Amino acid sequence: MKELRLMKGNEAIAEAAIRAGADAYFGYPITPQSEILEYLVEQNPEETTGMVILQAESEVAAINMVYGAASTGKRIMTSSSSPGISLMTEGISYLAGAELPCLIVNVARGGPGLGTIQPSQADYFQSTKGGGHGDYRMLVLAPFSVQEMADFVSLGFELAFKYRNPVLILSDGVIGQMMEKVELPEFQPRKTDYEPWGTTGKTPDRERNIITSLNLDALEHEQHNFKLQAKYKQMEEEDTRCETSFCEDAEYLIIAYGASARISRKAVELARAKGIKAGLFRPITLFPFPSKELNEAARNAKGLLSVEMSAGQMIEDVKLATGCRIPVQHFGRYGGVVHAPGEILEALEKLKDNK
Amino acid sequence: MEVKDIVNEKNLVYKPSELLTGATFNFCPGCGHGTVVRMIMEIVEEMGIQGDTIGISPVGCSVLLYDFYNIDVIQAAHGRATAVATGVKRVLPEKFVFTYQGDGDLAAIGTGETIHTCNRGENIAIIYINNGTYGMTGGQMAPTTIPGMKTSTSPLGRNVETMGYPLRITDLVAGLEGTYYVTRQSVHTAAAVRKTKRAIRTAFENQKLNKGTSFVEVVSSCNSGWKMTPLQANQWMEENMFPYYPLGDLKANGELIKK
Ligand SMILES: Cc1ncc(C[n+]2csc(CCOP(=O)(O)OP(=O)(O)O)c2C)c(N)n1
Repeated sequence: MKELRLMKGNEAIAEAAIRAGADAYFGYPITPQSEILEYLVEQNPEETTGMVILQAESEVAAINMVYGAASTGKRIMTSSSSPGISLMTEGISYLAGAELPCLIVNVARGGPGLGTIQPSQADYFQSTKGGGHGDYRMLVLAPFSVQEMADFVSLGFELAFKYRNPVLILSDGVIGQMMEKVELPEFQPRKTDYEPWGTTGKTPDRERNIITSLNLDALEHEQHNFKLQAKYKQMEEEDTRCETSFCEDAEYLIIAYGASARISRKAVELARAKGIKAGLFRPITLFPFPSKELNEAARNAKGLLSVEMSAGQMIEDVKLATGCRIPVQHFGRYGGVVHAPGEILEALEKLKDNK
Repeated sequence: MEVKDIVNEKNLVYKPSELLTGATFNFCPGCGHGTVVRMIMEIVEEMGIQGDTIGISPVGCSVLLYDFYNIDVIQAAHGRATAVATGVKRVLPEKFVFTYQGDGDLAAIGTGETIHTCNRGENIAIIYINNGTYGMTGGQMAPTTIPGMKTSTSPLGRNVETMGYPLRITDLVAGLEGTYYVTRQSVHTAAAVRKTKRAIRTAFENQKLNKGTSFVEVVSSCNSGWKMTPLQANQWMEENMFPYYPLGDLKANGELIKK
């Protein structure tokens, strides 16, 4: 049964994981996402759905537990925040190399280094361009509401299995910590079917299953890389997501995701009230970046404003997507500071007046 | 008498396990890895648990373990094998899960994972080859390299004052409440091989008891890394490694063995 509740974004993710029929969660505490582990342990789904919850000794161990459990073809998840995700990148590269599905949640905070515990979007490069070593990508979903925190869990698992690839939910401290009403999905049964590639024990009816990211033959390994790249291309073609508001006649377009998109929406409303034809383009998948859709939304645009809680990372994708055909500016707050709608409006007005 | 009168099924005293794929081992002649690697499949075959066993291979000389084994194998990142094993065992608690790791893997980069996995008492078997060196990458110093021992990164011999002391990680994990069975063996003689096989079999059997972690260290020579003939290496190991790493059980049935 669907259920309406008032929840924190972090709790919504945790509850949605239980409801999505996840098999296991391995994690390690870090602010601002510790509620995910806390909520899961408190709910004790091992009793109800059989979902395993384990607090690892480090993020390095947690992601490698994910690697082992995901090798069996089950629905496995972890979560962390920026410094913890950095520790996980070794494992993420291995997961991508070995083509293992799993769900990773980053409720990002300000960096670099230990940084702050306040929200940030400065992990965009790390999330969308690799992070770990080698040519790999993760499909990155960016929720902008508690509702999407919940919705993206089952969607994330679905996409992870579709592509046999890690999927990242890139959230931030605002969305993780704020409370909102959320319609929780119905309970899904845990997966009972086996993946043909899973290491569940070799039965007489099949060949042994090997999970590895190693291939000592460079030519063979190139083939493997071709296959991975084709997969990322397919993601681009089939699973790019975005949302537009007020874009139809927009002359000035804000491009923003996550918490920035919520605040930017308010700024767009303020701009419209002042007679500025502003619109909001919200990428939901950060990789693949919705380039085609952005070009479509920006067809009448005279200026683009990339609003990010970072020094300007997504702006590179905005420029690439539009081929720098339209002037693009960046407006950002760094290191854990959240922008106010008024200052975004100011930035928008400046962009307009510069023309 | 003709050759076929001697070489035939009837006179066969040893045959590799059916669970070995037949792929040529990549180990150097004289190295202990080959003996332990084949022995594990003999045990899995004897116990009839091919369909219930999942192996975790390390980074190191045995990284290609999956080439040799006709069972499901997961290849782990350097040092992370026991965390990977934890993930598998937690979602498939009824299966037999084992890791196979060298000393660089288990006692250097993977120290944290090793200690915490043992401390949680994960119900798995950890098979640990201690050859006192990093075999695969060309014989560098390992945490287990003994004092004075020459390696490519301690060419003047390990100086404990600057390079620290050898890590007896087996003694360390024996002291943890999570371990149920901890033993140190070798494979340099036929008798030692038989003992090691019994130890590994015990480690597998223990998983049925669900009592905690089984940890089998095998002190082994690395003749190419040590730059000795296999015979010299074995002799050197007996004279120099065994005093530092005395063979025998450290813990059985959850109880420390008093020496
Ligand atoms: C993260 C990482 N660091 C370093 C290496 C290089 N490396 C490969 S094998 C190895 C040493 C393995 O030594 P050991 O575990 O003692 O096993 P042996 O080869 O002696 O059997 C190292 C350092 C690696 N593969 N990954």
